[in-house]
Amino acid sequence: MIDFFKKKVPDYPDFWWEYENSFNEKLTDDLSAVRFVVLDTETTGFDYLNDRILCIGALSLIDKNIALNQSLELFLKQEHYNAETAKIHGILKDGGDSCISEIEAMEKLLRYLKNAVIVAHHAIFDITMINRALERNGLPKLRNKVLDTSNLYKKTLLTSNVFKKKEHYSLDELAEKFDISKKDRHTAIGDAYITAIAFLKIKSRLKGKGQLRLKDLLKMG
Amino acid sequence: MKNTISHRVADFLKNFPPFNVLDQKDLETLSEEITIIYKEKDNIIFAENDEPHPYFYVVNKGAVALKKGTDKSIMDMCDEGDIFGLRPLMAQENYKMTAKAHEESILYAIPINIFKPYAQKNTAVGNFLIESFASNTRNPYSQSHRGKLYDEVLDINPVGPNSQILDLQSVQYSRKLVTCSASTSVKTIARKMTEKNVGAMLVVKDKLPIGIITDKDLRNNIVTGKYPITTKASAIMVSPVITYSKNLTITQAQMAMMKSNFSHLCITKDGTPNSKAIGILSKHDVMVALGNNPAVLIKAIKRSKKIKSIKQIRKSITHLLQDYLDQNIPIKLTTKIISELNDACVKQIIKISLEEMPTKPPVKFAWLALGSQGRSEQLLQTDQDNALVFENVPEDKLIKTTAYFLELSKLINKGLFDIGYEYCPAEMMASNPNWCLSLDEWKKTISQWIINPGTDEVLLSSIFFDYNITYGDVNLVNELSEHIFEATKKYPIFYLHLASGALQNPSPTGFFRQLLVEEDGEHKDSFDVKRRALMPLTDAARVLILSHSVKSINSTAERFEKLAELEPNNEEIFMACSYATRALLKFRTKQGLLHNDSGRYIAIDKLTKEEKIKLKRTFKTIKEIQELVSIRFKVSNLLR
Repeated sequence: MIDFFKKKVPDYPDFWWEYENSFNEKLTDDLSAVRFVVLDTETTGFDYLNDRILCIGALSLIDKNIALNQSLELFLKQEHYNAETAKIHGILKDGGDSCISEIEAMEKLLRYLKNAVIVAHHAIFDITMINRALERNGLPKLRNKVLDTSNLYKKTLLTSNVFKKKEHYSLDELAEKFDISKKDRHTAIGDAYITAIAFLKIKSRLKGKGQLRLKDLLKMG
Repeated sequence: MKNTISHRVADFLKNFPPFNVLDQKDLETLSEEITIIYKEKDNIIFAENDEPHPYFYVVNKGAVALKKGTDKSIMDMCDEGDIFGLRPLMAQENYKMTAKAHEESILYAIPINIFKPYAQKNTAVGNFLIESFASNTRNPYSQSHRGKLYDEVLDINPVGPNSQILDLQSVQYSRKLVTCSASTSVKTIARKMTEKNVGAMLVVKDKLPIGIITDKDLRNNIVTGKYPITTKASAIMVSPVITYSKNLTITQAQMAMMKSNFSHLCITKDGTPNSKAIGILSKHDVMVALGNNPAVLIKAIKRSKKIKSIKQIRKSITHLLQDYLDQNIPIKLTTKIISELNDACVKQIIKISLEEMPTKPPVKFAWLALGSQGRSEQLLQTDQDNALVFENVPEDKLIKTTAYFLELSKLINKGLFDIGYEYCPAEMMASNPNWCLSLDEWKKTISQWIINPGTDEVLLSSIFFDYNITYGDVNLVNELSEHIFEATKKYPIFYLHLASGALQNPSPTGFFRQLLVEEDGEHKDSFDVKRRALMPLTDAARVLILSHSVKSINSTAERFEKLAELEPNNEEIFMACSYATRALLKFRTKQGLLHNDSGRYIAIDKLTKEEKIKLKRTFKTIKEIQELVSIRFKVSNLLR
C-alpha cells in the first residue's frame, strides 16, 4: 500500500518543484505589486503537434516598470525544422552557441516565470506550445494565470451596434492603434515588448468602476 | 543581459546628447541596465522635495511637465529625447520640481550609479552636463533652457505662464549693441554690420544715441550712387533716433514703428535720447514676440513641412486659447479664431499626407470634419471624427479608388493622432471603410438612415449631419447637403426621431434643483457638462435648423441666432439658447485647460458659488428649448 502511494509522487526535477512551490504564495490583488511576465514565442509553424519553439522572449513587468536586465531571451536547438517560417523570423537551425536544448530552455523559463501572471497576445498559442514542450520532457503543464491582450483590447472598445468589433485583433493592429514602433516585430522579445506596452496602455484604458484589480483583469481575459 | 530591446534603447539614446558622445559599447552596456517605465497622463514621476531616485529619466515617447510651487506652474516641458531629474542626483539634493506626465508617456530610467562613471570618464559628457547646469543660472529650476513652448514666459515672468497680455508684456530687445561714431566711414559700417549680422547700426556720441543707419539707408544713399562709399556716418544717418525705455510693451512698439515708419527703435536707460543706449528693437523682434498671434501661427502652420512641427504649433494654440480666456475675450471670437487655427492644422496635415501618397488622387474628394469639429466648437483637442467623400466612379474602378482614399485617410488619421487628436473609439474616421465612400454610396447610406430611423441611425445622423468641409471639393459636399434636405422632406417622420433623440439626454438637475452628478464609473461625482448640458442644446439646434433646410451653418450658437431670425416670435428663447451654448462652451474649455483634458467632467465641489449659479442659469433655457422641440415635432411620451 505504502509503495503504491510512493509511486504516485512523480519523479520531477528540482526546478519543477521550485516552480511548483512558488505558487504557495498567494497572488496579491493590488495591481501595482503583481509581477507580470509578458512573453512571446517564435515557432517553426502553427501545428501544435509537429512544430517546435524556436525562441522565447520574456519581459518582467512590475508596477508599470520593465527592467531590461530582468528580461529573458532563449534560443532553442532544433531537431524539427521548417525552412518556410525561418524566413520570417530569421532564426536558423543552428543559431550558434547561444542555442540550448528544449529541457534547458524549460528549466530557465520556469525558474524565470515563478508564480507571475503571464501576459501574451493570443496567449493560447504560446501557452500550448510551451505546454507541449513541457510534456515532451515529461513535465506537467504551466500553472500560471494568463492574460490575453487580444481579449483585453476588445474590452476597451465601445460596445455599440454602430460599430462591429472584430473577432481577433492582430499585434500589428494593436501596435498601430497605440503608436508602438514595429521595428522588432517577429523577434520573440520584440513582440513581447510591443505586447507589454500595449498591455500597459490597455490597462490604463480599462479603468472602469473604481480601482482596477487583478481579479477584474483575470475575468476579462 | 544583452537583448534586442536594449539595442533598440541604445539606438534611440544615441540620437540625443549626452548619449551621442558615448561609444557604442558603453551605450549598450548602459542600455542593458535601463528600466522602461510607462506613465499614464497626469501620473507623478517625482514630487517636489522628494528624495532623489536612483535613476534619472529620458523621455522616449510623450511629454513630461516639470512644475514648481504651490500654483504648480509649468517650468519646463520635456519632449522625446529630453533628460530630466538628473541635476538633483548630481548635486545630491532633493527634487526641486514635480515631474508629471503631461501626456501618456514612456520613459527610460537610467541608473545613476552606472551612468556616473561615464560622465567622469568621458569629458564630452561631463562638459555637456556642466553646460546644461550652468545655463540654469538664470533659471535655476529648469533642467535646460531650450527654445520651446514656455520660453518667452520664463524670461518675463519666472513664476510661469500666467496671463500674458500683449498690451502689458514688455518686449525682448537685442542687448547686443553694434555701434559706431559719427565719423566712421560707411564702408567700415557696412563691413561691421555684415560681420555681426545685424540690420542696423546705432551711431553714438558719449554712449548717447544720435542716429541710426539701417540696410535701407545704405541702399538708398550709397548703392544708388547718391553718396560715395567713403562718406561719414553723420551724412546718411537718420536722426534723431526714436527712443524708448526698456519697459516698452509689444503693442507700444508696434504702434511706434507704424507711426514713425521706422523699423528699429532704440532702447535707452531712461527712455529719452539723453541717456545711455542699452539696446535695439527691430521689427523682427516684435514679430517673434507676437509668436502667440494667430496670424503668425497660421503662417507657421502653412509653412510646416512636417507633422512634428505642427504638433509644436498646436501647443502655442492652446497657450493662445488660455490667454484669450484669461483676458475674457468674447467666446464667440475665441471660438472662431481657434477653430480657424485647428482647421489650418488639419488642412496642412492633409496636404502633407497627399504629398506622401505615391500618386495624385484619382478623382475629386472632400474631407469632412464631423461632430464638434464640424460645428467649429472644438476648442480643446478631443477625439477625431471625420469622413471622406469622393466623386462617383464607374463600378469597375470603385474598389481601386476606395483603396486609394482609404490609404490616404490612414495617413491623415495618423497625422491627426500625432498632433494630439485621439483616435475615435467608435472608429468614426475616414480610414474606416464605412466612412470613406463615394458620393452615391453616401447618398444611399444617408437615405437608409432617414428612411429607417432606429436609435443607431439617429445617433449616426446626429454625428454626421454636422459635417463641415475641411479640404477638397465643395460641390461634392453641397450635393450631399441637398440630398439630405430632399430626403428629410420626403420622410418627415425622421424629424420626429431626431427630435426624440434630442430629448433623450439626462436631465442636468434633480428634483431639488441640485446638480446631478455621475453615480458611478471613472467620473463618479463629477458633472458631465457635455452630455447633460451641451448636447441637448446641440441636438435641438440641429433638428430645428434641419427642418428649416438651412445649410452651411454648423455652429450651435450661430444656428440658434439664425433660428431667432427665422422665427421672430421665438426670438427670445433662441437667443437665450445661443447665449447658454457659448457660456457652457467657455465653461468646458476653462475646465479642460485647467485639467489638461477634454473638460467634459466638472468637479462640482471645485466650483465657486458664482460659477454654480451661472451653470444653473443655463439649465432653465435647456428645459425651455426641449419643451419647444417636444411640442413642435409632437414627440409623444411613448417615443421618449
